[in-house]
Amino acid sequence: MKKIEAIIKPFKLDDVKDALNKIGIQGMTITEVKGFGRQKGHTEVYRGSEFVVEFLPKTKLELIVSDKMAKKVIDTIVETARTGKIGDGKIFVYPIKDVIRIRTGEKGQKAI
Amino acid sequence: MQLTKNGGRIMERLKRIISIISLIFILLPVALAFAEEPKSPAAQEAPVAPTPVLKSDPSGANTGGAADVVGATAGAPTAEDLKNLGPKEPLAAKLADVVGHNRIAVNFVWMLICGFLVMFMQAGFALAETGFTRAKNAGHTMAMNFMIYAIGMLGYWIIGFALQMGGVGNIASLSGGTGLLDGEFIIKLFGKEFGLFGTKGFFLSGVTYDTAIFALFLFQMVFMDTTATIPTGSMAERWTFKSFVIYGFFISMFVYPLYGNWIWGGGWLSQLGKNFSLGHGTLDFAGSSVVHMTGGVAAFVGAMILGPRLGKYSPDGKPNALPGHHIPMALAGCFILAFGWFGFNAGSTLAGGDLRIGVIATNTMLASASGAFFALLYMWMFYGKPDISMAANGMLAGLVAITAPCAYVNSVSAVFIGAVAGVLLCISIFFVERVLKVDDPVGAVSVHGVNGAWGLLSLGLLADGTYGDGMNGITGTVKGLFYGDPSQFMAQIMGVITNFVFVFVTMYVFFTILNKIVPLRVSEELEIEGLDQSEVAVRAYPEFTIHETHKRR
Repeated sequence: MKKIEAIIKPFKLDDVKDALNKIGIQGMTITEVKGFGRQKGHTEVYRGSEFVVEFLPKTKLELIVSDKMAKKVIDTIVETARTGKIGDGKIFVYPIKDVIRIRTGEKGQKAI
Repeated sequence: MQLTKNGGRIMERLKRIISIISLIFILLPVALAFAEEPKSPAAQEAPVAPTPVLKSDPSGANTGGAADVVGATAGAPTAEDLKNLGPKEPLAAKLADVVGHNRIAVNFVWMLICGFLVMFMQAGFALAETGFTRAKNAGHTMAMNFMIYAIGMLGYWIIGFALQMGGVGNIASLSGGTGLLDGEFIIKLFGKEFGLFGTKGFFLSGVTYDTAIFALFLFQMVFMDTTATIPTGSMAERWTFKSFVIYGFFISMFVYPLYGNWIWGGGWLSQLGKNFSLGHGTLDFAGSSVVHMTGGVAAFVGAMILGPRLGKYSPDGKPNALPGHHIPMALAGCFILAFGWFGFNAGSTLAGGDLRIGVIATNTMLASASGAFFALLYMWMFYGKPDISMAANGMLAGLVAITAPCAYVNSVSAVFIGAVAGVLLCISIFFVERVLKVDDPVGAVSVHGVNGAWGLLSLGLLADGTYGDGMNGITGTVKGLFYGDPSQFMAQIMGVITNFVFVFVTMYVFFTILNKIVPLRVSEELEIEGLDQSEVAVRAYPEFTIHETHKRR
């Protein structure tokens, strides 16, 4: 099992979610986050004075998938979240030891 | 142990509160003694001339009558007509009484509704100031704007109203007992009389228990509260609530009422025309100087003594942006202010029967439009973007500027006054921020102080001679410099200088002394954390984590 953590542009969330639903993904967790990478921040003006916004809003997706689904999921995210411009985000992949469904106590693959 | 410690502290606080309340009640009888002073000798000699003795009218049933139809319109009956024709036409005489009562009633209703509109401006101020400040201080900024309404009103009821209007004398449009406000304290210099403050109407008690006087109190009170709430903007995000409460009483009891008396209560600035032939004396129709410049100058002194917010200036003195947290809220506040301003300006006729209100209301909105538009243009030209927060300030600047001249100018002048106000606002905001290095989070000094002065001066330049006959006891209409009366402009300059010197010195001394007793500024740690929890025990947004994502340059 793998955990896939993707940081994407917020306005791409709907597209990514729909595409993942289509390939059979049934659940995910998202968080509103802020950060910067090579895109850096940008300058804004408030009442004639400049200031730098250093952390930009992003959306973080987390989902747990079986090993054989992992590649398909990653490809789907890359495809749908890409704009080709700097600041599109990153995907991290982790191995997962176990998954437990709280309601039933099921474990492993069945709990995903 | 903990309990006794807490208990001791609570007791100490209780004692302090009780001592303040008892002080008020010690003052009460003294004030009442003032209010119930025996009638002046002139009234005691009444038997010679059988004029009716003026009595207070708490029920309102006897306010407004046949005497009030005299001079109501060009074709209205004269006092002589009433006397001679009355016995011949008894029904007409009775109807005249009803007509007079209704005439005064229209004025009451108009003045009260306008007063309610001005009261709602408090909500506008609260939203505008809170929107332009940071989320961590939103509860505190709101609390100041909310409580100044209560604090200021009580202070004004105790002594402020009496000092301001206690010598105003009969106000024809309200009839009733306004003539009982006849206690102006006067000193004589160079053989001329200088009215300094009124002495009737403390606690609105004694002979001033009268419908007309109560209605006048409401209308004057909401104006005073506008002044008192202006410094909460410039001093926001760092002012201790304790010292703010004391300030609230001080400005509503003394500073505002004194200058207000000089312009509106029959005081010496209003008599410059009579005493020194300066036009009609200093004229300020609805309060560019009385309300806004007083508030703006106090705001400037307060912000100067408090010092800038942490992080406002880099060590090299470069100003940084500390963006307001809720621009839609601030803009909604400005809209509410613009709405309330119709009451502010048009209501200042104190008469719904004075149809000049049509001109006044229209001039008011024209100036607000050009103020907003020209501030927007200025920012667009010189700073690259049509900055909406500055345009909102520009709208208020236009409104502040038109407040004094609104009744005396034509529409072209109104648009011009607003346009100058919008540009002046932008220049002033950057001057205050970058040259004087006084941190004014919401632009209160530039909106109210600078444009209050411009408003007063613009009246002296552009009054077109179509209105104001008999103003301050001077016959003839009001004309500005460009319409042939340079002396009116001189009177306006006197008003601006007097306001600046009086308010600046008084507030400077007050804030400096207060700072020694009750520190004006919160500690550095609390300022970084935000004032909500520590100063007013309420967090504006408890369910949100607030973190800054921007860095100042």
